[in-house]
Amino acid sequence: MSTATPTLLDVRFGQGVRNYLNEDYGFFSWLLTKDHKRIAILYLISVSIMFVLGGFFAMMMRVELLTPEGDLLTSDTYNKFFTLHGVVMIFFFLIPVIPAVIGNFILPIMLGAKDLAFPKLNLLSWYLYMIAALIGLVVIITGGVDTGWTFYTPFSTQYSNTHVFGTTFAGFIAGFSSILTGLNFIVTTHRMRAPGLTWYRLPLMVWALYATSIVILLATPVLAITLVMLMLERTIGVGIFDPALGGDPVLYQHMFWFYSHPAVYIMILPAMGVASEVVAAFTRKKIFGYSFVAYSSLAIAFLGFLVWAHHMFVAGISTYSAMIFAFLSFCVAVPSAIKVFNWTATLYRASVSWQTPMMYILGFIGLFTIGGVTGLFLAALGLDVHVTDTYFVVAHFHYVMVGGTVMAYLAGIHYWWPKITGKMYPEWWARLAALLVFVGFNLTFFPQFVLGYLGMPRRYHAYAPEFQVLNVLSTAGASVLAVGYILPIVYLIWALKFGRPAGPNPWGAVGLEWTTSSPPPKENFHETPVVSWDAYDYPAMMKAMGETQNV
Amino acid sequence: MSDVTEHGHGHHPFLQHHFEDLGQQHEASTLAMWGFLATEILFFGGVLMAYWVYRISYPEAWALGAHQQNTMYGGLNTIVLIISSLTMALAVRNAQLGSSRGTVLMLILTLIFGSTFLGIKMIEYHMHYTEGLFPGTHWNPMLSEHARHVLTMHPELGPKLQLFMVFYWGMTGLHAVHMVIGAGLLIWMIWRAAKNHFGPEYYGPVEVMGLYWHFVDIVWIFLFPFLYLIPGAHT
Repeated sequence: MSTATPTLLDVRFGQGVRNYLNEDYGFFSWLLTKDHKRIAILYLISVSIMFVLGGFFAMMMRVELLTPEGDLLTSDTYNKFFTLHGVVMIFFFLIPVIPAVIGNFILPIMLGAKDLAFPKLNLLSWYLYMIAALIGLVVIITGGVDTGWTFYTPFSTQYSNTHVFGTTFAGFIAGFSSILTGLNFIVTTHRMRAPGLTWYRLPLMVWALYATSIVILLATPVLAITLVMLMLERTIGVGIFDPALGGDPVLYQHMFWFYSHPAVYIMILPAMGVASEVVAAFTRKKIFGYSFVAYSSLAIAFLGFLVWAHHMFVAGISTYSAMIFAFLSFCVAVPSAIKVFNWTATLYRASVSWQTPMMYILGFIGLFTIGGVTGLFLAALGLDVHVTDTYFVVAHFHYVMVGGTVMAYLAGIHYWWPKITGKMYPEWWARLAALLVFVGFNLTFFPQFVLGYLGMPRRYHAYAPEFQVLNVLSTAGASVLAVGYILPIVYLIWALKFGRPAGPNPWGAVGLEWTTSSPPPKENFHETPVVSWDAYDYPAMMKAMGETQNV
Repeated sequence: MSDVTEHGHGHHPFLQHHFEDLGQQHEASTLAMWGFLATEILFFGGVLMAYWVYRISYPEAWALGAHQQNTMYGGLNTIVLIISSLTMALAVRNAQLGSSRGTVLMLILTLIFGSTFLGIKMIEYHMHYTEGLFPGTHWNPMLSEHARHVLTMHPELGPKLQLFMVFYWGMTGLHAVHMVIGAGLLIWMIWRAAKNHFGPEYYGPVEVMGLYWHFVDIVWIFLFPFLYLIPGAHT
């Protein structure tokens, strides 16, 4: 940081002036911070490490699958790798990533608040995450776990010789980390909005995070108690899920998916929030059908609780209940489609600027649509029986979680990077990375739809020789994807030092976060803002911008 | 510009700097507790759901399990907890009125009733343990006279009785853990009330603590009939 007296230009670009990054120095100023922005950075570093770890397991699987024979990894190791890939990516990356990194940073600023309602709880939630992650790492180092991330009984309780207890305990702790974040977001949204900031003036990101928090709050405790029962059963073996002693393994599946299906919406809803922000900013338009987009988040949160048994169509549930769950699963597509249509309508006749965040979001809209529509294939009872436990399912949920959530996360990180760090990232490299991610992703996962439909089952390290061509394509795509993911890690760090100063509002976007300096001061705003405009009010914003840019 | 980060401009000493005023702080903390209680409902709800699935599947075993419970102890504990909820509510009232002595007294009474509950629960646990009704390696229901009588005639009920006892120990244990946490919070509140922290302007922590305490009581109000008062259990 510069120690010279800031010049007028420096002040204009927020350099050398007091902000949350130069407010305090030293290790403990970070580890004991209660500032939501610094906690977001702590999360950013931790989830990035977990992403690299989960990516390593994925890459090893893809290399194994280059040849039909199981030659690189033994079947036991392969089982452990796909389990650890799932556990790390879902519990330690996808679930916390957008709320805990972007949401933590941006939610209080979007609300015009000085911090989240409970700063200490926020820090505690990061520590819980870290404790869970460390337990997870100990599990990995001491031999891993091989049940699949779903821990299905009776394999997990009676037969597996791996660290099921440690892994589920880590999941239990990580659950409390996300509960605390969700609770903090809900209270902050209700009680900490700036004067004049009514619900219908909130950015759609806030609606999305609010809906996410409700799902976190109501679904995660069920996972917690389910994992407690699983740990109990594995330890004392009294038959809670063991049919020989009167228990029911399908009950475990019901309880597990009661959390884990809504968890999909915990992963995708915040991504939809990012999409709304970015689409508005790079089309310079109000989001078409604001209230429909806002309420569709709540509708998804609600309906998401009613569809869990579509994971269990082949588990022996009754045909009638399967039909009802199939119907409800179709219903949840409606609010998702409303969002896609409204983003598309916003794009219609807009002058779209092709900056990196927008490229990612355009990719997001396309890939999420494919992921969502193939979700309908899987919700259809008859077709689901045909493709259950094949690569079709693998491709479907990777389109939603990677094509959806990860793309939107990358969009959000690029969009708010100038705000978080005060520096611009290198646009050319970023566009290249966005392109590589899009191409690599499709090359990786589109062949898997075909593989699955042709009948290649998931979770095996060897396969029939006729599937090899498509598997080679998929592995080649994964290599491109890996380059696309490593690039941002490199150039975003590079930009910290060499990026050009961003100024308070590099995109000319509306929203409270763009009215404060970059990086923001510790208390976010020097004076509590008073809001008298709607979200995405670009016409009014352009006028105001014209005035300030003449300074 | 920087006065927002400093205390002592006539602000209340317990107003945290990121809140505008005590009213906002109070509303935030009560909403947070309600939100937390929602997670607790789902947490207990999960295990209660599993309990009901098996209760419907194995009504005889459940009746046999309930017969192993001492309704007198359970009923006594229910009364003790309801009284503790009254004293807790009175503690909140005293805090609102600014009576530190009254608050301390009522919180201490709540703590005494809460501890009485846990004491009686320990007696029950001890009885079950000596009767071989602890699931797992120590499981030996034949030590219990009535259970032995029924199980000799219907040996197939054995594993299902164990299943009932898993839910009994699991749910009452989970409830007891919440009581212990509540007792810890009570001690903290007693300390704060004795230091005159609370008054008509600032009584949020006592009220939030009260919400938690009442919730834990309500959980017991469900557990008591579910575990002790199953139809057919005592005939």
